[in-house]
Amino acid sequence: MYDIIVIGAGVIGSFIARELAKYDLNILVLEKENDVGNVTSMANSAIVHSGYDPVPGTLKAKFNVLGNKLYEQTCEELDVKFYKTGSMTVATVEEHLKVLKDLETRAHENGVEVKLLTEREAKELAPHLNDSVIGALFCPTAGIVDPFNLVVHAMENAIDNGVNLKLNEEVVEISKTSNGYNVVTKNAKYEGKIIINATGINGDKISDMVTPHHFDITARKGEYYVLDHFDDNFLSMPIFPLPSEKGKGILMTPTSSHNYLVGPSSEFVDEKDDLSTDALTLKQVKEQASLIMKDIPFNMTIRTFAGNRPTPSTHDFVIEKVDDHFINAVGIESPGLVSAPAIGKYIADEMINGLIELKRKENYNPCVKKYVHMKMLSVEERQKKIKENPKYGHIVCKCEGVSEQEILDVMERSCPPHSIKAIKKRVRAGFGRCQGGMCQPLVAKIFAKHSNIKLSDVIYDEPSTNIAKYQTKAGDTNE
Amino acid sequence: MNSYNVVIIGGGSAGLAAAKECYDLGVKKVLILERDPVLGGILNQCIHNGFGLHEFKEQLSGPEYAYRFIEMIKETDVEVKLNTMVTDITKDKHVIYTNEEEGYQEIEAKTIIFAMGCYERNAGAIQLPGDRPVGVFTAGTAQKYLNIEGYLIGKKVFILGSGDIGLIMARRMTLEGAKVLGVAEIMPYSNGLNRNIVQCLNDFDIPLYLSHTVTKVIGKEKLERIELSQVDEKLVPIKGSEKYFDVDTLLLSIGLTPITDLLSQLNLNIHPRTRGPIVNEHNETSIPGVFVAGNGLHVHDLVDYVSREARLSALGAYNYLNDRLHYGNELITTKNEYGVGYIVPQVINYLNIEEKVTLKFRVTKPYKNADILIKADDEVIKKIYKLNIIPSEMENIDVSKDLIKPNTKIISVEIKER
Repeated sequence: MYDIIVIGAGVIGSFIARELAKYDLNILVLEKENDVGNVTSMANSAIVHSGYDPVPGTLKAKFNVLGNKLYEQTCEELDVKFYKTGSMTVATVEEHLKVLKDLETRAHENGVEVKLLTEREAKELAPHLNDSVIGALFCPTAGIVDPFNLVVHAMENAIDNGVNLKLNEEVVEISKTSNGYNVVTKNAKYEGKIIINATGINGDKISDMVTPHHFDITARKGEYYVLDHFDDNFLSMPIFPLPSEKGKGILMTPTSSHNYLVGPSSEFVDEKDDLSTDALTLKQVKEQASLIMKDIPFNMTIRTFAGNRPTPSTHDFVIEKVDDHFINAVGIESPGLVSAPAIGKYIADEMINGLIELKRKENYNPCVKKYVHMKMLSVEERQKKIKENPKYGHIVCKCEGVSEQEILDVMERSCPPHSIKAIKKRVRAGFGRCQGGMCQPLVAKIFAKHSNIKLSDVIYDEPSTNIAKYQTKAGDTNE
Repeated sequence: MNSYNVVIIGGGSAGLAAAKECYDLGVKKVLILERDPVLGGILNQCIHNGFGLHEFKEQLSGPEYAYRFIEMIKETDVEVKLNTMVTDITKDKHVIYTNEEEGYQEIEAKTIIFAMGCYERNAGAIQLPGDRPVGVFTAGTAQKYLNIEGYLIGKKVFILGSGDIGLIMARRMTLEGAKVLGVAEIMPYSNGLNRNIVQCLNDFDIPLYLSHTVTKVIGKEKLERIELSQVDEKLVPIKGSEKYFDVDTLLLSIGLTPITDLLSQLNLNIHPRTRGPIVNEHNETSIPGVFVAGNGLHVHDLVDYVSREARLSALGAYNYLNDRLHYGNELITTKNEYGVGYIVPQVINYLNIEEKVTLKFRVTKPYKNADILIKADDEVIKKIYKLNIIPSEMENIDVSKDLIKPNTKIISVEIKER
């Protein structure tokens, strides 16, 4: 019997688990995927929004603003790359200027610091703004984050503080017990006093298992371009068009790994797991982005991808107590990434309070053990690391400068990777220009050796996505 | 700080030939930095034959071709560091590398020869539409899993792009028990060598779909099928022409791009067509003493030509070390005219031409019954008739020094159909 079962290990589930781990509770996290943060949390703009645009009084506004304030410390504790870059929302025609004024008022209502900029001021901050830009709303508290490590490290921290994580556990049924719920997965049955539904895009389905239907979550697909590292000075902060009913619009942003993202489109799709991209939509993304920026080097594209936002029919995050044993925290579309730390705290410290006895753990540690990122160290520091462990000197992924030891390091962590993609999300091997064309066989070999499995057993993502499926007539040359 | 006369980055076909030539010219203190545990580069995974016809007058496999050079290098005083990755280059030619034994090291190079090879263009680069499941690989990565590691990545295969590696892999995977359902090429002609079309596709009854491309990848986690469409003359997919193939593997053989990450640290100009740096008659970049060779300069179809080109880069390094290169005088520019995609070298220093200069170029589409015209300031100085000229085969034309004048400004190449 668990005190709490969190369903879903995306950014929301992971932060809820991390916050709950402060208390002396027996906690289980169930995730249907083969890694944490494997759906919406890993396919978004990775922007830490300032909170200037959600409608005042909504949960989106509340948690965005609260979350933004927590980011610096959270990322420090979790050793995640976060840069407070500021952001700009730009006007390209006269009427837009009035909208910017309104947004300024809205920002003040939300308690967010903003500043209206003239054309000249805006273009000084971002020289590649389109010539048609005539003004901007600058939000100094916005930033960019590494969304992959954010989730992994939040969950790692939760696990280090006693949380249990089970991957590949898809929930199929939830039934009431005298003192909570039984959660049935494809593999097993778990009993919990309090169940927290943090299943993102599937949140309505899970909620339906417990309570009569009252909201829907629809997948709203966003397609993006990823541009290679080419010039850190091209753009230093996210640039948004004016927000519309379709969301924040097609933006361009630097990433914490010195790439650029251009996107997302915004289209409702029938299948929640439809993450396909298509030429027409990407062409529209290109055209839209080119209205606010100029000279975007689309020839530096190294990947296109799509992410699905879990858009709730309620038009706001669904964060609610269904009964004393079941909490919903779903439909967390943008600004979900920034809101996650605040949502986690709110659920752990306020919603749970009174439902279960909360006793603080004495040995709770909010920090993860520091990671070694060779690329971010000085030559002297690198030298020292290689002396201690020579494999820091062996670079496996040329494009992103990742050493063998950095891969081995993450495999020793408490939220380790079980696939090539999970390694990629943690250390960036395969994220660069060659998209793993060069390093993937080597990463797979390192993974196989460390896990003591055959190369043919190495999977790309979900179980059964084996890469090197069949041994040749000559057999494995490594044996 | 250790100092070398020549630091060669990359120990594949270009690096090996450059090192050997440096030694033959009497250059001391030559160093090869190679990231793999062995020399030979991509040749090691090219276990098919067809290498060495020009260089050794016989047909060799890739590893054999590499082995000959490796053996030659063993007999020299060229220094080799394996498992070593170069991470940085400075403007004053300091090379920073790392390996397990030495950690990060900075060395001084009087000359540098970049011989880093090329990348395969991948699904991301062409924005391949549809899902992104496991099962979509570049042909070279599949080749590495197969020929180096000993594993086959799939048994029902389709290949996009008729580049040589894709064609070679069509045969290789067939021989290993896979079924290759077809090869699609977006252009109306093949991008591979003719001998590979014959020996790798025709001999195994593998259909080649010209003017076709993959318009959708289907499969959430694992590749399940692909949608193939015919394209019109503007390369736009034709609605209604869709065909579907159930496959577990899609190989991409859609082109190669020189690796220029390190060169970009030197802010060198990259040529829009070759995607490699702009060089002169000695394959020297705009920074004196910095040379390039092989697929890191422009993509070759024959390794023999890579070796030859690398020797020229080595000669450049030798000349540079002996103060025999002239700088500062006005340069001749090469210009691709009708039918020619690009020319290497892009500039020529008349004073540095020894006996001849070799113009390397590719045509933009296949031509039959045509003349290649070499012109110096619009005057035809050389004319070569060819029955067939195709984009997949690089042309090498020698222009002897006496055909060029000291005050020539432009040397151009043009295709004229008869």
